[in-house]
Amino acid sequence: MASAVHLTSAVALAGRFPALSGVDLSVDHGEVVAVVGPNGAGKTSLLRLCAGLLPLSSGQGSVLGHDLVEDPAGVRRGVGFLGHAPALYDELTATENVRFVLRAAGLPVSRGAGALERLGIGGRIARTPVGRLSAGQRRRVALAALVAKCPALWLLDEPHAAMDPAGRELVAALIAEASVQGVAVILTSHELALARSLADRVVSMAGGRVSRIFEGQRSAPDDCRDDPGALGAPASGVAARPTPVPTLAGGAHVA
Amino acid sequence: MSMTEEVSAVAMKAMKDHQGEPRPVIDDELHRRLRPRWVRVTGVAGLLGLTATVVLGLWVTPPDETQGNLVRLVYLHPPVAWVALYLAFGLAALSSLLYLWRRTRSLFWDRLAAASVEVGVVFNALTLATGMLWGRPTWGVWWTWDARLTSTALLLVLFLGYLALRRVPAAPEVRARRCAVAAIVAFVDVPIVHFSVVWWQTLHQGATVLNPDLSPTIHGSMAWTLLLGFLAMTAVFVWMVSIRYRIETLADEAVTRSLATALAERWAEDEASGTAPTFGLGASSVPEEVVSATRGDPQMSVGEIVR
Amino acid sequence: MLRDAWLVAGRDLRIEARSRVALWQVLPFALLALVLFAFALGPDRATLASAAPGLFWVAVLFSGVLAVHRSVAIESGEGTRDGLRLSGLDPAGIFLGKAAAVALQLAALEVVLWLGMRVLFGVTIRAIWLAVAAAALATIGLAAAGVIYGALSGGLRVRETLLPLLVLPVVAPVLLAASRVWSAAAVGAVGAGESWLRILGPFALVYLAVGVVVYGPLLEAG
Repeated sequence: MASAVHLTSAVALAGRFPALSGVDLSVDHGEVVAVVGPNGAGKTSLLRLCAGLLPLSSGQGSVLGHDLVEDPAGVRRGVGFLGHAPALYDELTATENVRFVLRAAGLPVSRGAGALERLGIGGRIARTPVGRLSAGQRRRVALAALVAKCPALWLLDEPHAAMDPAGRELVAALIAEASVQGVAVILTSHELALARSLADRVVSMAGGRVSRIFEGQRSAPDDCRDDPGALGAPASGVAARPTPVPTLAGGAHVA
Repeated sequence: MSMTEEVSAVAMKAMKDHQGEPRPVIDDELHRRLRPRWVRVTGVAGLLGLTATVVLGLWVTPPDETQGNLVRLVYLHPPVAWVALYLAFGLAALSSLLYLWRRTRSLFWDRLAAASVEVGVVFNALTLATGMLWGRPTWGVWWTWDARLTSTALLLVLFLGYLALRRVPAAPEVRARRCAVAAIVAFVDVPIVHFSVVWWQTLHQGATVLNPDLSPTIHGSMAWTLLLGFLAMTAVFVWMVSIRYRIETLADEAVTRSLATALAERWAEDEASGTAPTFGLGASSVPEEVVSATRGDPQMSVGEIVR
Repeated sequence: MLRDAWLVAGRDLRIEARSRVALWQVLPFALLALVLFAFALGPDRATLASAAPGLFWVAVLFSGVLAVHRSVAIESGEGTRDGLRLSGLDPAGIFLGKAAAVALQLAALEVVLWLGMRVLFGVTIRAIWLAVAAAALATIGLAAAGVIYGALSGGLRVRETLLPLLVLPVVAPVLLAASRVWSAAAVGAVGAGESWLRILGPFALVYLAVGVVVYGPLLEAG
């Protein structure tokens, strides 16, 4: 099978600034890649490029079998992107936000409840306009929308930002489960140790280029599943046992 | 080739030269490409034509029976209006369409549209000004809500909006697309504006101020002078647009080259250090190469160059 | 496309219903404009009644610009902008949905504004159906043109000042035609009014069509 992401000397401009100046990267299905680097290294730009949000200026790139230049719309439909600023409408509740994402993608709305619950957003919190939630809770809602949509490539921009320890463990568990389903995951982080523990490979970036790639230390997904500690207790007190996520059980749309 | 492709191509070249040296923004080759002979010829022809029109219009042609010397504005006002209302905005709409059409998409059309709108706005304002100068002695008022005057004024505001949008900073291709759409959206409004103000006049106010008796009868030397006026104004328009196009191209080129320099510098910097950044962790699990320091924040220096 | 339009319109209206900006800011603004017009023209009811149709549509136009600002603000957050592009929604559907939401809000505003005008200016309309038809077409045209220009100026910091400059000249024919129809409808001159629908109808159609075509490229250019 072709790799989920394949970039060859990719150059991308953010406004008038060369954010990526020649990146070669290939990510397989089921692989977890962490991107690290200082501010301005091009981490976010790399994710945005893979999401089809940042145009490819030169070089080649394909994501999930769609060419980044020829068919950016196809790329966008296939990927899940968690940005710095969560794509949420402040006036709508968590449930409504997730429902909008699912209906827009033409997916059954019923997937939303399970995903929200999995992320620890339930009850009163799910019925509050997200503008009134904390930064961490908003991130959980955005992640729930992504999980419910169940794309074949997850692009997570600092998924740990604003998350409490339980949330961080939850993110780790979700990533591990997704990778078992054949989902490719690219995430960014400022914490090298954390990145190493999550990923199969760690990509270090500087000045808009990949400066080094080294092995991650991710434990095998199965270990992760059997270890209740890896999942932690979600904030709202939902069962700590890894109940199969209905959305993930459906299998990812692997292109 | 798109702007961004151009940037990276130039950057590659700079990289191959192995120097991040900024090159002069205007080199001889670019100069030659942007200043073809015909531009100067058109300019000289236009200015000579205008001079001839002025001489013929003021001294050679006879005064009109009813309007007297006022009729001499006819050699100026209609040619200016022709350039503003048909030539300039027609060219702008056409080139915007050609930019939006994928097969002919090129920044050439964007710059051409921008240049002709800008020149068109100047001619549009001149149309209004000469019209008012004519209206004051013949109709007794500077302004009247005549259909033509109203729609010309609205057109001026429409395309001032285009120029305002153009001044908003953005990446060249983003701005090009945005402005092309704005030009098209404004242009489809032109016939609607025209019909609505014509009806507004005829249905609402009854008799129009434009008395047909006042329109001058044209004969002999007058017709030739008028024709010369049209040709001269058209030549001046072409000349102005091509100069404006050149300036627009040079401005884009300056941005392209500074970008390319920034890109090449970044690569050179990478090569010099050959390292990845530090995270201030110093963890034992981190390979040594990763821990070694980065050289400053590349974003700062590049940002300053681009600015 | 229509399914997407329905989804987006529902979302926009729901957000507007929650934030209540239209209710507590745009509507009072429009009513305030009526009072200010009366101050400017003097208390003579005959003068006010004859000027009423034009004033009504000027008030609608300015409120419309505010409504478009609100509609654009929904999409202009950094995250939501990306979200919309990643959503898989048809751009034409997004355009139609947003235009429908703006049009519905404007229609509600027009009803209230008309009641206010009746009370304050003492205006009556003889040919009701003509006035309603003109209002419907004018509202659709205003909403369509407004949403196009909203998308054009969407991500820009200068949106507040740029949007009126761009939109108002374009919708000038709507103001002209709608005011004329309402003047005609007020005195029951159906024939004179009907001909103006020939401006309002094509305007609405043309801008709906243009929006359907250009909204995709605009979303990309953002």
